[in-house]
Amino acid sequence: MCLGIPGEIIEISEDRPDLAKVSVSGVKRLINIGLLEDDPPKPGEWILIHVGFALSKIDEAEAAAALDFLESIGKAYEDEMAALLESQID
Amino acid sequence: MRFVDEFRDAEKARALSAKITSLCEPGRHYKFMEVCGGHTHTIYKHGLEDYLPESITLVHGPGCPVCVIPMGRIDDAIHIARQPGVLMTSFGDMMRVPGSGGNFFDSNAEGTNIRMVYSPLDSLKIARQNPDLRVVFMAIGFETTTPSTAMTLLRAAAEGIENFSVFGNHVTIIPAIKAILDSPDLRLDGFIGPGHVSTVIGCRPYEFIARDYGKPVVVAGFEPLDILQSIYLLMVQLSEKRSEVENQYSRVVPWNGNIVALKAINEVMELRPYFEWRGLGFITHSAMAVREKYAAFDAERIFEIPGLRVADPKACQCGEVLKGVLKPWECKVFGTACTPETPIGTCMVSPEGACAAYYNFGRFSRQRVREASRA
Repeated sequence: MCLGIPGEIIEISEDRPDLAKVSVSGVKRLINIGLLEDDPPKPGEWILIHVGFALSKIDEAEAAAALDFLESIGKAYEDEMAALLESQID
Repeated sequence: MRFVDEFRDAEKARALSAKITSLCEPGRHYKFMEVCGGHTHTIYKHGLEDYLPESITLVHGPGCPVCVIPMGRIDDAIHIARQPGVLMTSFGDMMRVPGSGGNFFDSNAEGTNIRMVYSPLDSLKIARQNPDLRVVFMAIGFETTTPSTAMTLLRAAAEGIENFSVFGNHVTIIPAIKAILDSPDLRLDGFIGPGHVSTVIGCRPYEFIARDYGKPVVVAGFEPLDILQSIYLLMVQLSEKRSEVENQYSRVVPWNGNIVALKAINEVMELRPYFEWRGLGFITHSAMAVREKYAAFDAERIFEIPGLRVADPKACQCGEVLKGVLKPWECKVFGTACTPETPIGTCMVSPEGACAAYYNFGRFSRQRVREASRA
């Protein structure tokens, strides 16, 4: 739950500007982007996700580095990804 | 050395290591605390202590929210879960944290319904889909997860979802750092500041450490080089007799934090007068409670909570580990009675706990680190 997972914004929901379809390790999930309303991310931009919410915008290089780090820590990341893939927030 | 081959920036790490070593004053010993459990994980995973001169010791701090939850709160959660019609939810990390009569899995074997969720929004969705159940989200975490709970509660209020409530256990990192600074047990030379917590609170809350205690703070990223770079920045400050807050992780952490997140937290929650931390005891203004305005969503107001204090098992020395007084392997039950499979204490449960991180990754360089810590 403490892990920040990088994701790429695919599209913003038309009726819910605080929700975005995000690609996380190739899997598409809805993520809440309400905490970034002062500077909302656009499709193609990257975010760091904590428990279903985008907490910060990051650039692509940082996203790749963050993913490297997560993959290096093994099981904790696998558990977090498994939980995220179960998640169906809206 | 086993770890040198394992990480791709070993060359750069060695260069930083040389710069750090060149700044060490002969005969002086340095102790830096990495506050965040994620940093502890990186340090052990990559054997970073092997890159540091023997005169520098890294001390693991209290920044693992699962680790600092006292046993009594687990018992309280199980008490709530036993009430009629209750479905309790929490993060997966919480499921194996032992209460005095067992963990959440044990409790479920006796008839409670405690489910793991990825996000508080998943918990809200369960409430929306099951109007006949009373869905309680056991909220836990430092400022990385507090905004998510706040936003979820605001959404529940906006939608009028009356069968959803929050059992609040969010803690705040600053009072814990202050408690450690005020403790006579440990003399520290500086802090590696938490990365993700700082994306929310920013860097300003650490300024008192530099100003009032004269200790440098460097907010750090999570990669091995981030941590070595931060130790280098701490050493530069000490060698120049400066104590300031620096942001090594500015590519993610804004100096002023996330204002929207801070506003959401402040709307929904307020500081508790005090809160019990495992190992650190009661700390003033160190945790958040749901404000009275949102009482209808506050499990502590909806249910009667026993609120009993439960002493840790005698053999468990998580308290000393969390304060940085003991290294994980110095605990009497580390790796024997207490392992990640059968944890006695919280530090062995969470992957960010110092004991679990050390158990999983650090044992190979144990002898070397032990020697360093004696130097």
